[in-house]
This record gives sequence, C-alpha cells and structure tokens, in this order.
Amino acid sequence: MSGLVIDAARCVGCRRCEKACATAGIVVEGRLAHATEGCVLCGACVDACPVGAIHIERGSAADEGDLAAWSGIWVFAEQDAGQVLPVAFELLGKARELAAARGCTVTAVLGQGCGGPVDGALTLAACADRVILAQDERLAERDASVYAPWIAQLAEEMRPEIILYGATPFGRELAPGVAVRLRTGLTADCTVLEIDPETGLLQQTRPAFGGNLMATIECPAHRPQMATVRPGVFAAMARTRSQLRAEDMPRQLVRGLLARMEAAKVDPRLEPQVAVVEKRRADEGASIAEAPVLVVAGRGIGSKKNLALVRRLAELLGGEVGCTRPLVEMGWLEYRHQVGQTGVSVAPKLLVALGVSGAIQHLAGIGGAQTVVAVNEDADAPLMGAAAYAVQADCVAFARELIARLEARAG
Amino acid sequence: MHIVVCAKAVPSTTEVRMDPVTHTIVRDGRQAVINPFDTAALELALQVKDGVFEADGRCARGVAGGADAACGGLRPSSDEAACADATADTAPADRPAAPVTVSVLSMGIPATEALLRDAISRGADEGVLLSDRAFAGADTLATTYALTCGLAHMPTADLILCGKMAVDGDTAQIGPEIAGALGVPCVTDVRELVAVGARRVRAVRGADNGTEVVDVPLPAVLTVAKEAADLRMPSIAGVRRGACARVRVLGAEDVGADPARAGLAGSPTQVVRSFVPQRADEAVRVEGTVSEQAAQVADLIEGMAL
Repeated sequence: MSGLVIDAARCVGCRRCEKACATAGIVVEGRLAHATEGCVLCGACVDACPVGAIHIERGSAADEGDLAAWSGIWVFAEQDAGQVLPVAFELLGKARELAAARGCTVTAVLGQGCGGPVDGALTLAACADRVILAQDERLAERDASVYAPWIAQLAEEMRPEIILYGATPFGRELAPGVAVRLRTGLTADCTVLEIDPETGLLQQTRPAFGGNLMATIECPAHRPQMATVRPGVFAAMARTRSQLRAEDMPRQLVRGLLARMEAAKVDPRLEPQVAVVEKRRADEGASIAEAPVLVVAGRGIGSKKNLALVRRLAELLGGEVGCTRPLVEMGWLEYRHQVGQTGVSVAPKLLVALGVSGAIQHLAGIGGAQTVVAVNEDADAPLMGAAAYAVQADCVAFARELIARLEARAG
Repeated sequence: MHIVVCAKAVPSTTEVRMDPVTHTIVRDGRQAVINPFDTAALELALQVKDGVFEADGRCARGVAGGADAACGGLRPSSDEAACADATADTAPADRPAAPVTVSVLSMGIPATEALLRDAISRGADEGVLLSDRAFAGADTLATTYALTCGLAHMPTADLILCGKMAVDGDTAQIGPEIAGALGVPCVTDVRELVAVGARRVRAVRGADNGTEVVDVPLPAVLTVAKEAADLRMPSIAGVRRGACARVRVLGAEDVGADPARAGLAGSPTQVVRSFVPQRADEAVRVEGTVSEQAAQVADLIEGMAL
C-alpha cells in the first residue's frame, strides 16, 4: 500500500505540515498529525516537517518486468509534407550524447506517405545508427489515430529503453497516445535530459507551475521511458538544418546510409480519423523560432513607440523581433513574437534582450540561445545573471547608441 | 448527445514562494478554481447544448458572439432559427441528437465538489467527482486511468472535452491519453468549434504555423484552448440549481478501479527532486558609460561574424 506515512514516535504536533498543506490533506489532532481525504500526496508536508516524521511510501511496482530487455534510444522524426522537422535533429543530437554515456544505439523512426522523398530519411540515417522507415499513405498526414498505435506496436516489438518526441502540436498529441497504450510514463516539455550510465534511468527535468518550479522526473519501473522536448531547446546535431540530397552524395555513401534503414509496416486495420479540411497559415513574417539573431523587448523598454528602436536594431543585425508575454498582453506585439514557456522556444546565435527581467517562463524559452546579451537598469534582474553579457544601462539609451554605432560601421 | 467535460481543480495562482527560513515552498492561502482551460471547454459544451452550433457549420457563430448570447441566456435569434430549419432540410441526419446533456467529471479532493456545483450552476446537468485516497499522487497515466474508470460509470459519452492543459501542470497529456485509452480520435488545441453533428465535429485547431480546420468522427476527445470561449456567469436560478444538485462522489471501488493502476501506485513517473530554479551568475559585466557599453557590444557582435 502506498500513501502518506507518519511516524508517531517522531511527530511533535508542531502543525507545520498543516500550514504547508494546500488541500487540507493533513491535520494535527492530539499532538499527532494524520492524513485526511484531502491528501493528494504532493509532498509539501514532507518538506515542511522539521523532525522528519513524514514520508511517502510507494507500493512496490506491480509490473517490474525485465527492464534489461529494453535497450536503445529512439527519436520520433516528425515530417511535414515529406520534410523532416528540425526538432528531430535537435533530439538526435541529445540522443547521441545520452547513447554515448549509456553505450547504446540511436534509432530514428520516420513515417511518411508512399513515394515520398527519401532525402529526409537519408539525413536521419547520417545522424543515427538506424532508421525505422514506414512508407504508407496512411502516414502521409500526421494523424495520431494511425501514428500512436503504430509506434506503440513497434515499441512493444523492438523494446527501446527511451523514446524522445518533439513537443510540436503533433508530438504533444502523439506521445500521450503511445504512452497510454504502452502504459508507461511520459514527461512533457523537458529542458534537461540526463542518463544514469549504469541503470539507463533517464532524469527528465521540466518546468512546472508555469515555470516557477523545476521538477526532475524519473520513470523507474516502466519502459520505454518517454519525454517530449520543445523545438529549439537543444542544439541541432552538427547544425543539420538543411537536409542531405541523395543526388549530391557519392553513391557509396548513399548505399551506406540505405543500409541503416529498416522498413516497418503499419497494421492494416488502422485508418486515419482526423481529416484536415483547410490549412490556414499564420501571417507572413519569419518565424522567430528559426531566427539566427533575435532582439527581444521586455517591459523595460517603457513605451510602445520604442519598439521602432527594437525593430531597427533587429534589422541591422539581420534578425527578428521577439518579446516577453506582458508586451503581447498589452497588445504591443502579436503572439507569434512571444518568447518563452507559453510562447516560442528560440535558439538564435545571438539574443539581445532589452529591458527583459527574465521571468523563469521566459528563461525556459531561451535555453537554446548561444550568446545572450542582457540590457537592463536593474543589475539584479534574473536574466542579467543568466546572460553571457550583462549591460547595466537604460535599455532605450543603450539601443540608440548601439544602433548609431552599427549604422556608422555599416555605412 | 452526451458531452463530458473533464475539469481539474487548480490553485488560483501559480506563483511559488519560498519560505526563507525552511527553504520549502509556501503553499498555503491558495484558493482552488477550475482550471481556466477547462472552463473554456465547459463553455463550448454549454454552447453545444444551447444549439449554437449546427451540423454543417452554416450557422456557426463567432466565438465571442456565441458566448455573449449564452451569457444573457438568449436563444438564437430568429434568422438563425430559419437557418437551422434550412439545415434540417439538407442535413437532417447529422444534427446533435437531442437532448444534449453536459456532465462534468473531475478527480480531486472532496472539496472539489464545490467546483462541480459551480459548473452545474452555469448550466451543466451533472457532476461526477472521483475522490479517494487511492487516487492521490497520480501522474498523467494514473489520472487517465481513473477518469476512464469514471467515464465507464457514466452514460456513454459522444464527445469528451478537456482543457488543452492545466495551468499547474502544463503537461497537456490527459486529453490525448484519454483518447488513446478509449481508442477514439483526438483533436488538440481547439481554438474554435465550427459545427457539431450527431456523428461528426468540425473544429479549428492550432498547427505548426497557423491553424487547421479538421473534421473528426464521434466519439472523440477535443482539448480546448483558453481563447475558444469565456465561461458564462451563473444565473440566479442556476445558482439555486447548483446548490441543491447532487454531485455523484465515487471512490475507487465504486468505479471498479484497480488500486495497482490508480494514484501513486499506478504512476510510472515520480518526481525525484523539485527546486526553484536559480542560475549561477556567470555573466560578464559590460561596464562604462552607455556609449562605451554600446561600443563594447558592437565589437562583440562584429566578432561573432553573424
């Protein structure tokens, strides 16, 4: 039996647990704490207890299974109209690191329509030890009604220890569908992935409570261990932004890459369910997710008219404009400019942040940025500590000066 | 037609304060509310009940308009009624089977019953609360298991609406996991309902770069974005109805849940560590006057050879 266990010999009835509990899940009566129906096993009381009288007991895992039978790391490679999405290469980069530590192989799993271009699969093969490729008309459109049972069946047969998915709109729909079919755990939106080389236990760290808290999560007794990662959180492998093209490659190399491919079938009983009637593309304007340079404006720019400076600076640097959530909420910029946990995760080479304090939700979205220059009057703003370069200055005056210098150098 | 809305009680704020003395998270004083994404799902369900959506989409109204009309308890205007008649001529077979009933399902502590009463006061027909110590400590898989056990003890759902995510967990997994467990299709991040028939739903969902209009057969699970609808206020009569409504409170045994698959015991994932992120300050300070600072940064950028 699992649950909250209170050591009556240690409990001093101090009521700190009662105060720490948000759900009235523990009460002290007669100088002794006990759990109530309200307990959700959140662990707040365990942390609050000064005498270590409380702990959460987990029942022994019912289906321990043979964990050793599961090995290798899979990356689900999502495609759109035959093009493999960049996040697949970001995940392959991380998978390579984890596989090197663990001493296992990396497999990319790709589904596409019949007769689709093979270039994406070749590029994946260059980054992985093996590509599981299914070409089937039912995989042409991304429909979890087909993809989830397909991946679940593959995983049951081939037993990977870990499966990683991009936290794209489709990945966020697919991964839970696979998890529930395999009855295994799934951790969403991980920002850090580490592996125990001995046990293969994946330590998955993700923001919780809107990013105010980071949680490290493990899936000790179930396989595969599964996680989603937002695009832009990890750097793409060898900057594989563009796909290899079969026609540009020596035949021997193509042959070598083709040898890494393994054809997979899809259960004939599966049928697509969700029909896309119409695609509406968002307004023009380059995506900030892919921008090599970003100038990000925060509330510190003071006034909407200062956005002109932000735009000019972005233009001079050949980049795009991003912003924090309050600016979107005030209607200064559209949502597609919003950087952060609830906006877009970005991975530019250079990010210049003007008047951005660096709330944790925002920091969660800039983990992939290579060099961050933070400009803020407040030297103690969180981003000033997290950045590579911290400029304590009035960000508007600084932007004017920087624009003047860049203009002078350019002209 | 039976619509089930899955709702979660969440703290009214996601702010995390640290106790400076004990270095633990201060959680007291936070009031529970229905997850804002779930309230949008509830409003969409109530709009379906109000007959705002027609089967072929011709009478589909703007989201705000629908919410406004619903707020005032107004029935669709006469031209819409006319349009509804026209629909009846062309697509009589695929209109939502009348009557539409809306149930709200939640897993939570006993106090969550008050939130289900609130949902009833706003127009839901029934509330079911899964509450049991055996459900405590559940991760998404065990939560999905409990909810599907609950669904099995309710009239068969034609449409299941969930919030896109919960503000306190942000995993966005429950909806797609329920769909996977039931083996029915799922549409996530629904921004707008366009048409609801007895056998199909048309909706607008968020996609990689924009939105997509999709058709999906029922039964199905839809997860709803916050902007899809604003939950109406309860009417006076509604408040009375909510106050005296009977919320079914079911334990693990009542719904035949296997204790090994529910709650903490049935959760494959476990949080091994949680911490308030603190970053090591490794920033290089760029000193000097604004002009000198700008010059240094300009040099830095030039050196990066972008």
